[in-house]
Amino acid sequence: MSETSQAKHDYNYKVVRQFTIMTIVWGIVGMSLGVLIAAQLFAPALNFDIPWLTYSRLRPLHTNSVIFAFGGCALFATSYYIVQRTSQVRLFSDKLAAFTFWGWQAVIVAAVITLPMGYTSSKEYAELEWPIDILITLVWVAYCINFFGTLVIRKTSHIYVANWFLGAFMLTVAVLHIGNSMVVPVSFMKSYSIYAGAVDAMMQWWYGHNAVGFFLTAGFLGMMYYFVPKQAGRPVYSYRLSIVHFWALISLYIWAGPHHLHYTALPDWTQSLGMAMSIILFVPSWGGMINGIMTLSGAWHKLRTDPILRFLIVSLSFYGMSTFEGPMMAIKTVNALSHYTDWTIGHVHSGALGWVAMVTIGSIYHLVPILFGQPKMHSTKLINIHFWLATIGVVLYIVAMWMSGVLQGLMWRAVNADGTLTYSFVESLEASKPFYIVRFIGGLFVVTGMFIMAYNCYRTISAPKESIADNPATAGA
Amino acid sequence: MSMFWTVWISVITLGSILGCFLLLRWCLSNDTGIEEGASMGHVFDGIEELNNQLPRWWTILFYICLIWAIAYLILYPGLGSFKGVLGWTSSNQGVLSLEESKLALQKDIDEGNWNEYALQIKYANEKFDPIFAEYAKTPVELLAQNEGAVQVGQRLFLQNCAQCHGSNAKGAASGFPNLTDNDWLYGGSGDKIKETLILGRRGAMPGWLGSMGEDGVAEVVAYTLSLSGRDVDLDLKNAGKARFVVCAACHGIDGKGNQMLGAPNLTDNIWLYGGNQKTVTQTLYYGRNGVMPAFKETLGEDKVHVVAAYVFSLSQNK
Repeated sequence: MSETSQAKHDYNYKVVRQFTIMTIVWGIVGMSLGVLIAAQLFAPALNFDIPWLTYSRLRPLHTNSVIFAFGGCALFATSYYIVQRTSQVRLFSDKLAAFTFWGWQAVIVAAVITLPMGYTSSKEYAELEWPIDILITLVWVAYCINFFGTLVIRKTSHIYVANWFLGAFMLTVAVLHIGNSMVVPVSFMKSYSIYAGAVDAMMQWWYGHNAVGFFLTAGFLGMMYYFVPKQAGRPVYSYRLSIVHFWALISLYIWAGPHHLHYTALPDWTQSLGMAMSIILFVPSWGGMINGIMTLSGAWHKLRTDPILRFLIVSLSFYGMSTFEGPMMAIKTVNALSHYTDWTIGHVHSGALGWVAMVTIGSIYHLVPILFGQPKMHSTKLINIHFWLATIGVVLYIVAMWMSGVLQGLMWRAVNADGTLTYSFVESLEASKPFYIVRFIGGLFVVTGMFIMAYNCYRTISAPKESIADNPATAGA
Repeated sequence: MSMFWTVWISVITLGSILGCFLLLRWCLSNDTGIEEGASMGHVFDGIEELNNQLPRWWTILFYICLIWAIAYLILYPGLGSFKGVLGWTSSNQGVLSLEESKLALQKDIDEGNWNEYALQIKYANEKFDPIFAEYAKTPVELLAQNEGAVQVGQRLFLQNCAQCHGSNAKGAASGFPNLTDNDWLYGGSGDKIKETLILGRRGAMPGWLGSMGEDGVAEVVAYTLSLSGRDVDLDLKNAGKARFVVCAACHGIDGKGNQMLGAPNLTDNIWLYGGNQKTVTQTLYYGRNGVMPAFKETLGEDKVHVVAAYVFSLSQNK
């Protein structure tokens, strides 16, 4: 596959291997937590009356571990891999690479300890308290130095498009994290935001939406731009499309935060501006999907035999679907129905499970054999089973949340002839219960797939050399 | 907002939209010097890039969105302090008090301004106020026999009262009275229920740990429990009876309470905060402060009238 270039260039694969393994581990942890809290929503006794296991404490641990532990490790692994391979040079610094690995694991372990204990800044997706925030900043700066340092010493004349997206993701996440985490500490594990009132809310959602825009979109588009053409063995569809959608995407995303605060104390002008920019954003988002899917031109037949490519293409389809849904939900009239309902949860998971997790899983199946010197994964059949478990799981999840969300939105606004509300809140909760059970089942499918992946990766890594036969039908690039 | 910030916001916003437009124009024209559809010539780890034209439908979609955004920002507020030509607002965002809010709301309704909140309030008032005004003409006790009115009252109750008193109105032993047992703190006539709803109530039971000490409280607890027929230590009870003189100021010599003050009847085995010895001791040690909010401003008197009819109806079968 790529043994020759590896031998020729002596890349640092150690850090890529470390992050790849931890991606799988944290993926299982984070998604299992999700399944547990999904079950708590229809069977509250499952918190066993133990404070550390209550929904309120495990929910931030779920989001932090899937976004920053699973997604973060995946981005570290693939960005270190991509930047070396597409720059034809070893990483700028092995020591910084090792620091980012151990530092990032320390951040995650700190989250696993402090969040169930109830330490929280109460800012969504930025719950970790200030000492951990400082560690994140240090790791992130080391990461940026290492990544951009590698680009500086690259042996290629141009910088490959995947690295544009990865670079934009790293720089912007640094600015977002530092900007939103500015606090006045009052004790070792307690602090207060330096922003007040509506300004604090605006800062939080400027951060919150761009955690989605840059961490979960730009970063993973970087991943997509390497692994899709590589796995399909096809050139990228349009260089010019990648230029226009890259610049439009990164300049528009940063405006979109206020759509999380429609009809609140945020000034009207900020809300309208956020909505207008969110709607334009729809077009460059689809630019990335088009470029990925059209890269398959002339290679569509490979989808029949290659479940890894199927993961990547289905992830792009979910990306396209959720980037259509997002701008639509940013429209005030739609938001008036969808806001605060399960529709939002469904939307997030069609992005997080459909796009982020699937493109990561496809990339990992591509990476593991290369990183551990095997011709291919232990079992293609298990990859295929994982693909169907993941797809069915995601579809069950998001359809259940759509139905529950629209139902809630309609029940909350239903009025009688006398102007009184038709339903009380608890009635809408009762109506949601069956959908919560379906969502739980969907989550179980996804987690089961992750365990199968872990087994398949273990068998691949531990297999004796030459014991896995290289079957040309399933070889990737 | 100062002029500076309006200019700042407008320049960056319109600049970004214009930037997207120019970027699109530039990428539509092939300035690469390479034939359309051919490879760009750079190879990264075996990956090539083709110089394909942007899809036409996607380009048109981009133009439509850019033009739509500019039109939207002309019509609606968005560019700093520029209000937009339609004069739309979501609500009176600048108000600082309920009083100011009412005045601003009335002004927008009178002048017919496009204030979304004001318009909805106006619509709701015109459509629904007459229904409740009609109900308000019937006294609470009579209205409680009107099934339709009671249903309306119940819906209002579920939205506004169930958070504390429960969906079944049976309250909770953490200071939220059961409304179905015909045991009233402040009186159960239609007028009294309305008074409670309109003005709210503040129940205050002082703490006695400081003046009576632990032993003194234990005696009073024994006597109090005996009032509702519980078996208690006779010595403690008798000592407690002497001390109860202080309590009688509110709860009465016979312990039957006083609805003028909202002092609970202690003889009926109905407990606002729980009737076990530990909880009653707790109540005597530290006192209790109960708050029933006033609904005059939020629901208005006519709706309160209908809620009162529902609440009254709850204890009529008992």
